[in-house]
Amino acid sequence: MIAFLKRSEGLWLFSRSPAVILATITTIAILIGAVFAPWIAPVNPYDLASFSLFDGLLPPLWEDGGRPQFLLGTDDQGRDMISSILYGARLSLLIGIAAMAIATVLGVSLGLAAGYYGGRFDAIVMRIADVQLALPAILTALLIDGIARGLLPADVQQELRVWVLTLAIALSLWVNFARTARASTLVQMNKDYVQAAIMMGQRPIRVMFVHIFPNILGPLLVIMTVDLASAILLEATLSFLGIGLPADSPSLGTLIRIGMQFLLSGEWWILWIPTLFLVALVVSINVLGDFLRDVFNPRLR
Amino acid sequence: MVYFILKRLVQSVFVMLAVAFLAFSLFRFVGDPITQMTGVETSVEDQERLREELGLNDPFVAQFARFTSNMLQGDFGFSYRTRQPVAEMIADRIPATLELGIVALLISLIVGIPAGVYTALRPRGAVTQTLLMTTLIGVSVPTFVIGIMLIFLFGVQLRWLPTFGRGGTVELGGWETSFLTVDGWRALILPAITLGVYQLTLTMRLVRAEMMEVMRSDYIRFATARGVPMQRLYYKHALANTMVPVITIIGLQFGGVIAFSIVTESVFQWPGMGLLFLESIRFVDIPVMGVYLVVIAFFFVIVNMIVDLLYVAIDPRLRVKEAT
Amino acid sequence: MLVIKDLAVKFPNRFGDVTAIEDVDMVIKPGEIHGLVGESGAGKSTVGAAVIGLISSPGYIAHGELTLGDTDLRSLTPEQQHAIRGDRISMIFQDPQTSLNPLMTVEDQLIETIQTHSDVSYSEAHKRAVDLLEEIGIQNAKERIKAYPHQFSGGMRQRVVIALALCTDPELIIADEPTTALDVAVQHQVLDLIRELADRREIAFMLITHDIGVIAQVADRVTVMRNGKVMETGETKQVLGNPQHPYTIALMDAVPPLDEKIARFRLPVEEAQAQAVADKGVKAKEWLLEGEQTPPMGLDVRNLTMRFRGARTSLFKKPESFTALDDVSFTVPGGTITGLVGESGSGKSTLAKVLTGLLTPQEGSLTLGGEELPLGKARGRLHPSRRLTQMVFQDPYSSLNSRHKIGYILAEPLWLYGLIDDADERRAMGAAMLDLVGMPPDAMDKYPHQFSGGQRQRIAVARAILARPKFLICDEPTSALDVSIQAQVLNLLKDLQATFGLTILFITHNLSVARQMSDNMVVLRNGRIEEQGPSEQLFSNPQAAYTKTLLSLTPTMPKEWRQAS
Repeated sequence: MIAFLKRSEGLWLFSRSPAVILATITTIAILIGAVFAPWIAPVNPYDLASFSLFDGLLPPLWEDGGRPQFLLGTDDQGRDMISSILYGARLSLLIGIAAMAIATVLGVSLGLAAGYYGGRFDAIVMRIADVQLALPAILTALLIDGIARGLLPADVQQELRVWVLTLAIALSLWVNFARTARASTLVQMNKDYVQAAIMMGQRPIRVMFVHIFPNILGPLLVIMTVDLASAILLEATLSFLGIGLPADSPSLGTLIRIGMQFLLSGEWWILWIPTLFLVALVVSINVLGDFLRDVFNPRLR
Repeated sequence: MVYFILKRLVQSVFVMLAVAFLAFSLFRFVGDPITQMTGVETSVEDQERLREELGLNDPFVAQFARFTSNMLQGDFGFSYRTRQPVAEMIADRIPATLELGIVALLISLIVGIPAGVYTALRPRGAVTQTLLMTTLIGVSVPTFVIGIMLIFLFGVQLRWLPTFGRGGTVELGGWETSFLTVDGWRALILPAITLGVYQLTLTMRLVRAEMMEVMRSDYIRFATARGVPMQRLYYKHALANTMVPVITIIGLQFGGVIAFSIVTESVFQWPGMGLLFLESIRFVDIPVMGVYLVVIAFFFVIVNMIVDLLYVAIDPRLRVKEAT
Repeated sequence: MLVIKDLAVKFPNRFGDVTAIEDVDMVIKPGEIHGLVGESGAGKSTVGAAVIGLISSPGYIAHGELTLGDTDLRSLTPEQQHAIRGDRISMIFQDPQTSLNPLMTVEDQLIETIQTHSDVSYSEAHKRAVDLLEEIGIQNAKERIKAYPHQFSGGMRQRVVIALALCTDPELIIADEPTTALDVAVQHQVLDLIRELADRREIAFMLITHDIGVIAQVADRVTVMRNGKVMETGETKQVLGNPQHPYTIALMDAVPPLDEKIARFRLPVEEAQAQAVADKGVKAKEWLLEGEQTPPMGLDVRNLTMRFRGARTSLFKKPESFTALDDVSFTVPGGTITGLVGESGSGKSTLAKVLTGLLTPQEGSLTLGGEELPLGKARGRLHPSRRLTQMVFQDPYSSLNSRHKIGYILAEPLWLYGLIDDADERRAMGAAMLDLVGMPPDAMDKYPHQFSGGQRQRIAVARAILARPKFLICDEPTSALDVSIQAQVLNLLKDLQATFGLTILFITHNLSVARQMSDNMVVLRNGRIEEQGPSEQLFSNPQAAYTKTLLSLTPTMPKEWRQAS
């Protein structure tokens, strides 16, 4: 077992770092919880019939007044905290992963092509990226949200909330991917195997995706984890600001916003439990991202 | 060198134009300005007349040109929501945001750079590991959570500091400043720290990474081989070279600080531009949104120009031509 | 005087301790230039690093004695060690470009070093610095000292580096590949400078290099290392001319001579047996010969001119254009090897790129096998020349896609050019070709990083040949390889060319290698052809001044040293 671990340098480092192992377990646990929320959660917090005001503001089990059916207590509407969190995590992750996926596909293709073709195409893509960099992620996300609000009629807005949010976040993150992909591509373009492939007469698409792409995966994976964390944070921030997901289909950010009302009163669990979850999730992802960065760049160890 | 600066100037103008275009498109295509301004009672003919007067039937390019020239003269239009001139609204809020941003940036630099240097020079110490762990958390915890926690700790539990608003300010020739009163500072501290934490962790990690890279370079090895004293090696040689790429990133960050202030201002109800923007989103107040965009881009561009000039001042390779 | 006895350095890694060097003994007297020669991985740099105390962590000195004069270097505290650096021992590195702090003027760097080790005033230190620069041959030192490193050319920069090492008047200077990155003429000057300094100032030099010619030119004594151990040591003339140790003998056999052409490099017996193309890879050979029905193709290059547009540096002046190739014309007769020799910046890489269609020249024409070759972008992806012309690149570490298995890499040309339709057959042919170039068949399922540089070049050659080309461009194919591996690869190329009648354009900066490989020669300088003609004629009776200079300045072992073996 030890010999096997030693053979793969990545796995060896992994097994020697308790922080990374913990992070991975946490992420997977939250992921499973989120994916299987409809089956695991005691109640469905979106179902208006499933909760009642009479159960409102109950503390977690270990405090006075806690009840076994609401392990972590309830919020002011009587919704079970555990269910809210599981469903909330679900939404947060859904949006985060979807946004990251879109940003990846968009950014990597543009970055690869810009690096490969160079010339005008490259210049144009970089100009767009430059302009977008002048407006930080939050701004872009907010803008797109604002535009959607202005363009779409009110009733459609609610349904499309999730999509608008995903698109907004994706569009603020693609630039990162594009720049990284382009920089890595440029490095590879100088390598002889790419020159050999071009010289032999292979199709550009083939050179880009069969030859170059596998070699730029390393840095891209790092960016993907980092941006996943960013996407989740972004969504949480937007929801917290009231622009994101509404209270009746809350993400973790929305839950925190709701919880903020109770900061001064004493029902601490409504605020701090979702916060803890969110922080745990993002910290774990970032730890993984750091770890990947170390694996792919051994010189920084 | 002159050419380099000119080139950057042209690029900046391009960026500004692009953003102005974006803002203008917002104006034109999202929602109808006329209906926003007049309301349901106004007759259709009156609306049409207003449209003519405001030149809303002119060709796109002409409108854009007018929009741009108006902006350059300081006329930013009127808010849909308050009917006030947007220029005034924003001007009112700029000092709050700028002061917040500057203090946050200072915090991030004063703590971040030395921390980055320390962790680069002593990569295996316990202090380093702790610092790195802390930065990881600093990058992962959303700004608003940090704000909330600080409010909770210092505002609610300990009751040392106020939890919202700007506190006592002093008017200095049109600029409302928090700097001159103790009360002002007490109100500024928590938001500044909140805003600065994220920047701090980014700065620290960046400085650390760059410095470790520099310490591995040949000229550091050679200087060590020559017996240059270690302290001088770290600071005059390594840190100086580290600063070159770091400065660029810091410039970018400052632009980010101004925009990130949105969240902090929201948590602390700090009356700055960010809060204004947030409200404008909620009410779909397009003029304010658009102008905010342009103002942000402007700050960003200015800061970048300064960074570029600094760059040229520091790195002789940009000042003097290379030998053939 | 430096005395090293029984030195061992180890590096811990996750498998345990790896020994970098062991049982190393060496003595260097004042004023002696001691060469430390060996192939990559021999441990020569580690010896130098150990002496000055700059072993890269986590390496450490496991045991041994290190004495400089009366001082036991190993018993010093880190502070004392650091105090000695520069003062008594100095070190210079290979790349002058990265050895100098780009943000500080030469003046500042020199004065800083001088003031670190001696208690003198600023003006006194300044005077010393200027004098030193003049002494090592930088003219106008008083003004030039105020310049930044990037304002000096390569050779001048290395002189500045040497000045920095000298300014504290050390007893020993460790020079780690000091001339490898320099042009021939500059290299010659720097080596002369080192000789002069050793003679005049009685400084001891540890000259670490892989270039036997450099050792021959300037070293008094030499130590040969391999895999961390000392193989042989003694007077240069003795060790190089009449080696005793089998490794040294094999090493010297592999060094291409500048002064005569030999048919094939002598290789140790086992390796020679592995090399014989005649009885190996029969299947591949048959298949290749099958395709060789047409007569060998020659390449005709006429009036090739390639200009690059420079970057804009001013609003008013148009960007300067740089002429990489200027009216270049030469012929590569079919079925022969033509050597193209040039130093860095001569345009040889540009020429290779033009020939393969990666660049479009402004003027000129190319003819392959009697047919006109479209240039640059005009050459379609499917043009037959894409298959007929193949290339072997310089860097074995980047010429194979590290994410593809060898089997896949070899099958690619077969698939691309439609030479073999069946996937299994393609794989079989790939394995057969591996056999032909002397690689084990189990390489098919491995990745490039699992192989050494020399093995990777063989695979690269196999890939090129699998396309059944008529014309092969070899762009510095052995420059990144150790001398003994180089000999193997060159033998392989010679054999392949002889068996299959390939036409080869062999590009290199190494005159000795060029002499061994070529039937005809072309000498390129700053984009222009200085001289061309049959190889032996050019070498024994060069016409152009540049060629004469190149030949005389290339460091090489005098023929008299080589005894008949």
